[in-house]
Amino acid sequence: MSLLKTKLESGQFAVTAEMAPPKGCDFSHQMHCAELIKGRVDAVNVTDFQSASLKASSLGLCIKLKQAGLEPVLQMTGRDRSRMAIQGDLLSAAAFGIENVLTLTGDHTTVGDCKNSKPVFDLDSVSMLTAAKQLEAGSDAGGNKLQGEPPVFFLGSSVTPEYEPLELHMYKYAKKVAEGAKFFQTQGVYSLEPFKRFMDYASKYDAYVLAGIIPLKSAGAARYMNKNVPGINVPDSIIQRMKESSDPVKEGILIAAEMISEIKAQGLCHGVHIMAIGAEENVPLILDEAGL
Amino acid sequence: MIITKQKPFEELLQMLEGCKNVVLTGCGECATVCKTGSAEALEELKAKLEAHGINVLGSMVMTNSCNKLLVKKEIKQLKEVLPEADAIISAACGDGVQTVATNTDKVVYPSNNTLFLGEIERQGIFSEACKLCGDCVLADTAAICPVTKCAKSLTNGPCGGAKDGKCEVNPENDCAWILIYNRLKDQGRLDRLMKSIPTKDYGAVAYPRVLNTKEEGK
Repeated sequence: MSLLKTKLESGQFAVTAEMAPPKGCDFSHQMHCAELIKGRVDAVNVTDFQSASLKASSLGLCIKLKQAGLEPVLQMTGRDRSRMAIQGDLLSAAAFGIENVLTLTGDHTTVGDCKNSKPVFDLDSVSMLTAAKQLEAGSDAGGNKLQGEPPVFFLGSSVTPEYEPLELHMYKYAKKVAEGAKFFQTQGVYSLEPFKRFMDYASKYDAYVLAGIIPLKSAGAARYMNKNVPGINVPDSIIQRMKESSDPVKEGILIAAEMISEIKAQGLCHGVHIMAIGAEENVPLILDEAGL
Repeated sequence: MIITKQKPFEELLQMLEGCKNVVLTGCGECATVCKTGSAEALEELKAKLEAHGINVLGSMVMTNSCNKLLVKKEIKQLKEVLPEADAIISAACGDGVQTVATNTDKVVYPSNNTLFLGEIERQGIFSEACKLCGDCVLADTAAICPVTKCAKSLTNGPCGGAKDGKCEVNPENDCAWILIYNRLKDQGRLDRLMKSIPTKDYGAVAYPRVLNTKEEGK
């Protein structure tokens, strides 16, 4: 039984974090970070060739985390795998007791570090949910019966609360819920008003929402994200705060913690998803500041 | 319209290494519109080849280089010059080159790269709107093809990658799904966005495809 599912269903505020596998086969840094966050978070997402850049695969680190006693969330994009490969990886994940799966479209190969790679996109984030659901019902994408007990998943997907036009994005959100998505982790949230507007839509559907939290490292990084990362809008007031701080990393941690506290206090959604992007060791510090 | 673009001349010269005499064939259809296989294009190609010491023994624009029977008939007009030729250069699309090759014993080289099935925006400006996927979804997408105009061929709605309505892959391109949304909204048909388009059946479009309308009619 997915611990993340149990936590969310119990109505408690859930905390997930995110980790990327290494660009190599030495997982020691990831396992060190895992020890630091073990017991502090309900689950750890493992990214799937994040930013279309080659790393060890998500499934590998998920297995490592599971073996180390953490609860992994297998991220799966449609960029690199056909429906056969996706369903095969899902079955392998299930064999290791990995139940949480987050489906994503995936950044295009041309924006990553293996630009010549063939973009697959056989399934999208909606049809991947359908494929997982088919496995749970005991058959593969070709309609062939699986042997033995079918797998059980706790399925989720991503959403961008500040997508423009939001209505269009929410149609896809609704399709994802219809295809079995039970939880959503959002793009980084830096302002509550647009997030509330998103939640007005999202709360019509039967799914849990974990607000994305990306701790800032510097004012420059915030400006960079505003310019380059779709769906990220760091307000000027926060950029100013980062600029004026003598310890911007610490400031970023405080801002993240304040956002988490505010979201929790106002009961805006069901939890938070912290994407520290290479600074996973700071996740416990954020949680300390947020009193979680 | 099949959109073609001339290969870099250096590449053509490399193909022709060891060839002294060649014959040029063009195409009166798409490649003529693209100015890659027109009579003028063949004249220019001839001049360039001859400047590099390659003799052009003859040249003709096929009426339609992808029509097997027509090419078979028209290539006979070159029978005086072909015996002396080391190779034929076909200035058609990838199909047209192969059609010429099936109708001769000579080595056939392509002078063009074949890019896409395109729309003529205006003279000399072409854009891709249909990928010939074999399973048209335009009824549900306000006649804007997401298979072609979305860089990820997403059929269930947009990814999160659009920035200011533009695609993450090429900021020159509009996000296909935002275009679809806007048109459906104007048409009062936004409910179409809830319709799940089935995953593509790649088994049904395994290439090379053949269509025999006479067999189908039976």
